[in-house]
Amino acid sequence: MKVAYWPGCVSRGFTPELHGSMAKVAPLLDIELVELDRACCTGAGVIAEHNQELADTLNARTFALAQQVDGAELMMNICSTCQGAQSECQERLDANAEYRAHVNTTLAGEGLAYKKDPTHPLTNKNFLWLLVEEIGLENLRARVKRPLTNLKVGPFYGCYIVRPRERLGIDAEHPRDHYLDHVIDALGGTVIEYAGMRKCCGFPIITMNKEASLKQAGRHLGDATDADADCLVTPCPLCHLNLDLQQPLASKVVGRNLEMPVLHLPQLVGLALGLDPKELGLGRHVVRPTSVIDWSTSVVAAAA
Amino acid sequence: MAEAHDRPPEQFTLRLRRYDPESGEAPYWDEHTVELEPHRSVLEAILQARDKFDGSIGIRCSCRQAICGSCGVRVNGEPSLACHTHLDAAKLGAKDGVIEIEPMGNMPVIKDLIVDMDAVHWKKIRRVTPWLLAKQPVPEREYLVSKESMVDVTQTMACIQCGACVSDCLAMEVDPGFIGPAALAKAYRFVGDPRDDQQFERLNDLAQDPQGLFDCTHCFKCVQACPKDVNPMGQIMRLRRIATNDQHIVDVNNGERHEAAFTTLIKNNGLLWEAELLPRSYGGNSWFGKFAPPAGRELLSSLPAILKALLRGKVTPMGALRPHKIPSQDLKAVQSIYDKVESRPERYELNLYIAGEDEDAAPVATASTEGSDGQ
Repeated sequence: MKVAYWPGCVSRGFTPELHGSMAKVAPLLDIELVELDRACCTGAGVIAEHNQELADTLNARTFALAQQVDGAELMMNICSTCQGAQSECQERLDANAEYRAHVNTTLAGEGLAYKKDPTHPLTNKNFLWLLVEEIGLENLRARVKRPLTNLKVGPFYGCYIVRPRERLGIDAEHPRDHYLDHVIDALGGTVIEYAGMRKCCGFPIITMNKEASLKQAGRHLGDATDADADCLVTPCPLCHLNLDLQQPLASKVVGRNLEMPVLHLPQLVGLALGLDPKELGLGRHVVRPTSVIDWSTSVVAAAA
Repeated sequence: MAEAHDRPPEQFTLRLRRYDPESGEAPYWDEHTVELEPHRSVLEAILQARDKFDGSIGIRCSCRQAICGSCGVRVNGEPSLACHTHLDAAKLGAKDGVIEIEPMGNMPVIKDLIVDMDAVHWKKIRRVTPWLLAKQPVPEREYLVSKESMVDVTQTMACIQCGACVSDCLAMEVDPGFIGPAALAKAYRFVGDPRDDQQFERLNDLAQDPQGLFDCTHCFKCVQACPKDVNPMGQIMRLRRIATNDQHIVDVNNGERHEAAFTTLIKNNGLLWEAELLPRSYGGNSWFGKFAPPAGRELLSSLPAILKALLRGKVTPMGALRPHKIPSQDLKAVQSIYDKVESRPERYELNLYIAGEDEDAAPVATASTEGSDGQ
């Protein structure tokens, strides 16, 4: 399937292994990525905090660009924060024709417009949602070459992709707040539940209240350790920054030794689909995923 | 729900978290099975269990119709009003068919499902001076204000003080001193009121507090928890917008600098430049920000993380020093959007709580599934 692909900023900045691993995994799932390289940052909620109309207009521009991609079935992102920020803007744009027209007036200078067409609505899905709803778990399971047998994986959902439920289309038919569990299972791994799996990683306040921010990250990592997880997996690069990049500092704040590898979702999928850990960028993490990968043979194995 | 009303009584099993701090015993779980129609509330089930099986179950309630805000509890881990949660829905959300009921979080338990609202919730509400500080002179009769300005604060006035948002606030979980969602929403009630005389003072007080306006982590827990659609996090964002844009408050918590740096960097590059955002958030929103002492101190404290990231090739020196940008034609278009929107005399802020949705608006745009469901 062909998708208008929004990679976000951080996946091309401080977590380049995310963008890289998505590019490797896509062909194995028959996903054709048409990158929206003309689009700008979603604002991650911060631009909306500054000026709501500005954030809505910038994202309407991205939606308009996505609607121009010929033959794309939908728009896809690999960042929960992008998903949350874009869903919020799309909710306002879709709910009110007058507002949509107002925003489109600003875009008109560039010849763009976000169209709300009931027969072809712009559907924007995180890779996680696309995996379950478009590719399908059985299809995914059938493509697994190296099942994650005996690997205990703690899902880390974060916030932007699970709340608020109505805006994000989470209901009994679309239990999107459980999809990571389903994907881990389809890849042959064991799901580890722990207290912080749907809590905040702390990243949004890292510059405002560093101690509280790192305490959040440290607590969840500690909970996952206590629950005996070998690694975590997350659909959000910002969560990854606080959980992996900041893990040495979080460890100090919570006063316990932490060695919890954190994988991006495409990396976990890529491992099970038989890709080489190095080409998935697993060597680029601050906490080395040694419990996940036996580097000598590149075979996935749980910690001894 | 018409169907549910017609359904005969069914059995529902409740798992109640019991705790009496005065007993010296540890908390424990207690199970009771009651028989009620599925459309009845979780509160009715708890009260029936108390009446029939164990008179010592502690629960606070009064109106039984989601107005008084007394019966806040956690149902299957989610904060809700017990009287506002149907038994059939609660059973669907239960992990093992048993409806799990616990006291709310972030507040000390007095007994069983009753928490100490005074110790946390009401203390925080008092913290934000929850009354009008009237502009002088007070008119002899009524104040005359525009209808729009009062409609604007009605969303925060819908709060029934149940504490559901406080219960699950994730910032408060690690930082109990955080003023929190309910009190900050209440603060907007007066910050947004044109009759109030102290907008700057109120906002400055909240912005400079290390556990105030900028301590919210954007986790949406309060948005989800609120039974009255008050959207506390949305009110916090509105407070921030007025504090930074209108009152030009520069706070000691990097809140204003972070917002300004983020917004400016996207205008300059189209994409985020993380290596520049951090020092600017601490040192000030310009290229020179990184040379300010607070930025230097932050750099020093983050050095272990930065060095490891460089060592692993996660971040390259050139990648960190140079921004990634969108093509220049597109950057110009983005900048033109900034110029147009930011030059408006007043910010245009659509609040769906007040504006409502068009009749033809799809319930949830993102939920529409075009392709086949692969499950």
